[in-house]
Amino acid sequence: MNLKNLNRSTKSNIITFGIVIGFYLLIQILSAAGMVTNSFAGQLVPICAYVVMAVSLNLTVGMLGELSLGHAGFMSVGAFAGTLVWVTLYDTAFPKPAALLLAFVVGGVVAGIFGFLVGIPVLRLSGDYLAIVTLAFGEIVKNFMNACNLGIDSKGLHFSLKDTASLNLDADGKVLINGAMGITGIKKASTFTIGIVLVIITLAVIINLVNSRAGRAITSIRDNEIAARSVGIPITKYKLMAFVTSAVFAGMAGVLYSLNYSSLVAKKFDYNTSILILVFVVLGGIGNLRGSVIAATVLTVLPELLRSMNDYRMLIYAIVLIVVMIFNQSPQMIAMRKRLTARFRKDAAGKAPKKNKKEAA
Amino acid sequence: MQFFSYLINGISLGSVYALIALGYTMVYGIAKMLNFAHGDVIMIGSYVVFFAFGSAGLNPVLAIVLSMIVCTVLGVVVERVAYRPLREAPSLAVLITAIGVSYLLQQVAQLSWSSNPKSFTSVVSGMQPVSLFGGQLTISAETIVTIIACVVIMIVLMWFVNYTPAGHAMLAVSEDRGAAQLMGVNVNGTISLTFAIGSALAAVAGALLCSSYPTLQPTTGAMPGIKAFVAAVFGGIGSIPGAFVGGILLGIIENLSKAYISTQLSDAIVFLVLVVVLIVKPTGLLGKKVNVKV
Repeated sequence: MNLKNLNRSTKSNIITFGIVIGFYLLIQILSAAGMVTNSFAGQLVPICAYVVMAVSLNLTVGMLGELSLGHAGFMSVGAFAGTLVWVTLYDTAFPKPAALLLAFVVGGVVAGIFGFLVGIPVLRLSGDYLAIVTLAFGEIVKNFMNACNLGIDSKGLHFSLKDTASLNLDADGKVLINGAMGITGIKKASTFTIGIVLVIITLAVIINLVNSRAGRAITSIRDNEIAARSVGIPITKYKLMAFVTSAVFAGMAGVLYSLNYSSLVAKKFDYNTSILILVFVVLGGIGNLRGSVIAATVLTVLPELLRSMNDYRMLIYAIVLIVVMIFNQSPQMIAMRKRLTARFRKDAAGKAPKKNKKEAA
Repeated sequence: MQFFSYLINGISLGSVYALIALGYTMVYGIAKMLNFAHGDVIMIGSYVVFFAFGSAGLNPVLAIVLSMIVCTVLGVVVERVAYRPLREAPSLAVLITAIGVSYLLQQVAQLSWSSNPKSFTSVVSGMQPVSLFGGQLTISAETIVTIIACVVIMIVLMWFVNYTPAGHAMLAVSEDRGAAQLMGVNVNGTISLTFAIGSALAAVAGALLCSSYPTLQPTTGAMPGIKAFVAAVFGGIGSIPGAFVGGILLGIIENLSKAYISTQLSDAIVFLVLVVVLIVKPTGLLGKKVNVKV
């Protein structure tokens, strides 16, 4: 197969997957050589989870063009659902790999159902109003999970919004979710390899979706909803499709994330997490999936690298964020960059012929 | 009686939300941006009052005026440095910059004054609570001052926007920025003025908020900021009376659900009501319906 004959999007996809696999191999080699520090090794699974989050949010923000401020809510729902499955099945005779797979599937499906439910207002709202509904969703999930108590005994599941005592469990009962304490005693199951596999699956599904007929319909809604509607594109269907797909992967990322720790609390998935993911998407380039992957990785590692400056690291992070946004997006800056690159090109173009002349002489 | 006490406290909390929401809604109406750093301006304003009044022993009114001046300068500087270069950029870029500014203010506060919560002395601590119905209903001085301050500020602001040249300029810019510029309105000046007013109101809101809920730390502004944003959307973002109505209703719903349903779930209920309102009335309670033309 000739590389030159591949079309542009295929080439770009090969580069994207190449980066992910290259990163995986690099880490494997480094860890075999004992060069990966403990703190960095602990970051690997969260990096994968954040990459999946950023890529899936980019589908909503970049492709569909709707601002979502509650992506962590889907992550939370998925994490709780998937972790419940894992915790319940762990002590049974159920084979572990199948249980893990089931946890991921359940996490994704539950988050997808919530994505559908939240997606219904999408049909009536747009722009900042949609953003606020997603923000509200994230906060509702956080508050609800914080107050939620769930236990299991021989009679079945018990649920309460007050405390674990009001669950009225039998003596053989087990508390699954303990209010604000969340789920505790999770047997860790996530590994870097599982994380990378999830990243690759996410990228493969979303890249294929974007480059398909459905994906073109979704981007046409972003570019001009009225025009899309007038040529007969079912807006509702494609908006929901993008929204639900995005939610499903966010749920799976939640399962990946929560199974990396021994306990899971709802507070972890708050408004700030949603904003963090949005920052990854915007800094990586809205609508650019590879950018999301890189931005999520770099920005997760960056605060760790800055740890030596301890007190000042978040300050530096904030300043970097503002400066990068102004430098990348300000019309004056874009014009200035264009002038600079034009000058460099001119210089290069001016020098090149001279050189040729000398060579000719 | 118990119910009235909850109701009045709710109105008081709602008044604070309304004051903060005014800052959001005016900036949104005029600059078409969500200023996520607004909550942190409140926090900075509260710290100024804390040091001027609580530590230096300044007169409470002077302390609040000082805080308003600091916040106004802060708001205008932030707009000039961080938001103006992005005036023509996509709205998401401005949103992320605002989030960056929000982090920045929180970090500066944390580095300057540490993250330990400070206990805020109420700015109306000298006044006695009012007792009604033979002591059955007690209303604290903070509550009364907050409600009165909010109503007065609302009336002044409505007058300012509707009856002064600067207010007309604001209305013109919010209607159509390009056309306003062609008519000779100083658009940059008007946007700066909007940020100045919004930030000054944030300073007042901060002082009143911390008088009723006296813990002050670098993240104090974040949650009231989000709730006020919700209030602004609830009432119809861009509308000044909408911010007032939205703020008060939000405060009442929050306090009543805290009292009668569940403390832990009160925030969830607030947001749930918001979602329902937006589904029924997509532009908020008093928002204008904008017809999309092809």
